Amino acid sequence: MTALTDDTLPMTPRAMRDEMIVFAVMALLLATVPFTGIYPFFVMQALCFALLACAFNLLIGYGGLLSFGHAMFLGTAGYCSAHALKVWGLPPELGILVGVAAAFLLSIVTGYISIRRQGIYFSMITLALSQLLYFIYLQAPFTHGEDGIQGIPQGHLFGIFDLSKPTVLYYVVLVGFLAGFLLIYRIINSPFGEVLKSIRENEQRAISLGYRTDQYKFLAFILSGTLAGFAGSLKVFVAQNASLTDVHWSMSGEVVLMTLVGGLGTIFGPVVGAFVIIAMQQYLASFGQWVTVIQGAIFVICVLTFRRGVIGEIAHYLRRSL
Amino acid sequence: MQALYAQLLVGLINGSFYALLSLGLAVIFGMLNIINFAHGALYMMGAFVAYFLLNLGGINYWWALLIAPIIVGIFGMILERTMLQWLTGLDHLYGLLLTFGIALIVQGVFQNYFGSSGMPYAIPDQLKGGMNLGFMFLPVYRGWVVIFSLVVCLATWFLIEKTRLGAYLRAATENPTLVRAFGINVPRMITLTYGLGVGLAALAGVLSAPINQVRPLMGADLIIVVFAVVVIGGMGSIMGSIITGFALGVIEGLTKYFYPEASNTVVFVLMVLVLLVKPTGLTGRAA
Repeated sequence: MTALTDDTLPMTPRAMRDEMIVFAVMALLLATVPFTGIYPFFVMQALCFALLACAFNLLIGYGGLLSFGHAMFLGTAGYCSAHALKVWGLPPELGILVGVAAAFLLSIVTGYISIRRQGIYFSMITLALSQLLYFIYLQAPFTHGEDGIQGIPQGHLFGIFDLSKPTVLYYVVLVGFLAGFLLIYRIINSPFGEVLKSIRENEQRAISLGYRTDQYKFLAFILSGTLAGFAGSLKVFVAQNASLTDVHWSMSGEVVLMTLVGGLGTIFGPVVGAFVIIAMQQYLASFGQWVTVIQGAIFVICVLTFRRGVIGEIAHYLRRSL
Repeated sequence: MQALYAQLLVGLINGSFYALLSLGLAVIFGMLNIINFAHGALYMMGAFVAYFLLNLGGINYWWALLIAPIIVGIFGMILERTMLQWLTGLDHLYGLLLTFGIALIVQGVFQNYFGSSGMPYAIPDQLKGGMNLGFMFLPVYRGWVVIFSLVVCLATWFLIEKTRLGAYLRAATENPTLVRAFGINVPRMITLTYGLGVGLAALAGVLSAPINQVRPLMGADLIIVVFAVVVIGGMGSIMGSIITGFALGVIEGLTKYFYPEASNTVVFVLMVLVLLVKPTGLTGRAA
């Protein structure tokens, strides 16, 4: 098994400092968005997908597991949050909690099943499981089938923050994204993350060193799925709907594409990738189906010539880990 | 009972497509170590080529059955030569990602010109009508699809397991370097294998054109079911793929009769059960 990324550098205080600087710059730039006149809806949407891609990257970039079904966590959390907010009338914080809890339970079940096989089988299993959920949601009454759950009330977070105001909502989504991002960063640099990387590099050797690799992969899967669910719950407040698009396999493919473009196994890559792909969809929306063709072409070009992705190439050039 | 037999027949037909597609996937995986995500898109291309041959060239179904797999097979071989061959030595996942990209391109182009709706393809005159078998009415075309697919599957099995060419193929799967040392052109064999696998998919596409309409997305959902079939059956054995494909089609048909709500999901549910009981798949060895 060849490694996905060949640029794993040892974690030094200097690398940590670099990453914190980049993080601070990123947070600062994102915090100024409402003052720049950029359409906040676009950035909020991109932030949700960036968090989703970061969660996905935790599995592929650090555990070597390519999930082709991450849309199921996005969609499940979205549907459950939407249902809790609209039908049960729960406040936003509890609505998010319901969605995240649903994604957590789903990731335990699907992780337990899919972790049993490795490599491409794992990818096919996650894809098949997400398709199974797609058909369930297509038929389940509470999702309203093709229509989806529409007109979800945004409410007041903790009874204080009025989420129907775009600027307030923007900062809530931004805080949510940054919190998720930092959590993933913390996981990657923990002893747990180091074991995960060793499994990616050489699972047999990790086993021979006494690690129960299945348990590590299972835990990584649960963390990744739950965080992806968090992204799905946040997205409900931005889009104010939950629909079948979020559970469809093409959504899972988009997440893969975002991470691939930004750089598999890089810390900031998925964020950059998400912004690139969402921006592309925004600007090319009038081209109809050609967007799919362009996405496919990006896949092909990335795999053939650009496997490190944007951030991976920059990191390689600077000999830093980013 | 009529309805039960009818659903069983539909199951057998879907089973033939599962068998033809998972067979191709297994053959390709054996030689190239790639899971061909583009398989569904190439199946769709097979149906479209048959449609073009008939409507633009006036070439009938029987010739399409031969020509469409060849055209799509050549297209596949070009893909292999220009793109897939550069992935040798990389992680398997890149093959999946690359072929996924190819599938998006092919499906996107067809969707752009033909939308999402289906176009009819007439059943050839010789296979129109039906037979009364006493216990059920059998449309001739449907019976033909099942029998012809079975013959093609068995012929492929024979080619790979019983002929000299198949022996080279199996040897090259085990140890390509050694087979090369014997003076056999392994890269060319890989290209031809990909062409063969893709040709089988295109053949399934031609067969399905008169039953399911010719649609740009006809392969997109099918390929995911076929992935589940492959997970259930394992890709280690050719005969295993054939039997699993047909068996799952029949089970799906039975589900349509007894519990129609679950007919979309039964294959995936079975996959889950198999993974829980025997994680390596029914015919697979430890990965």
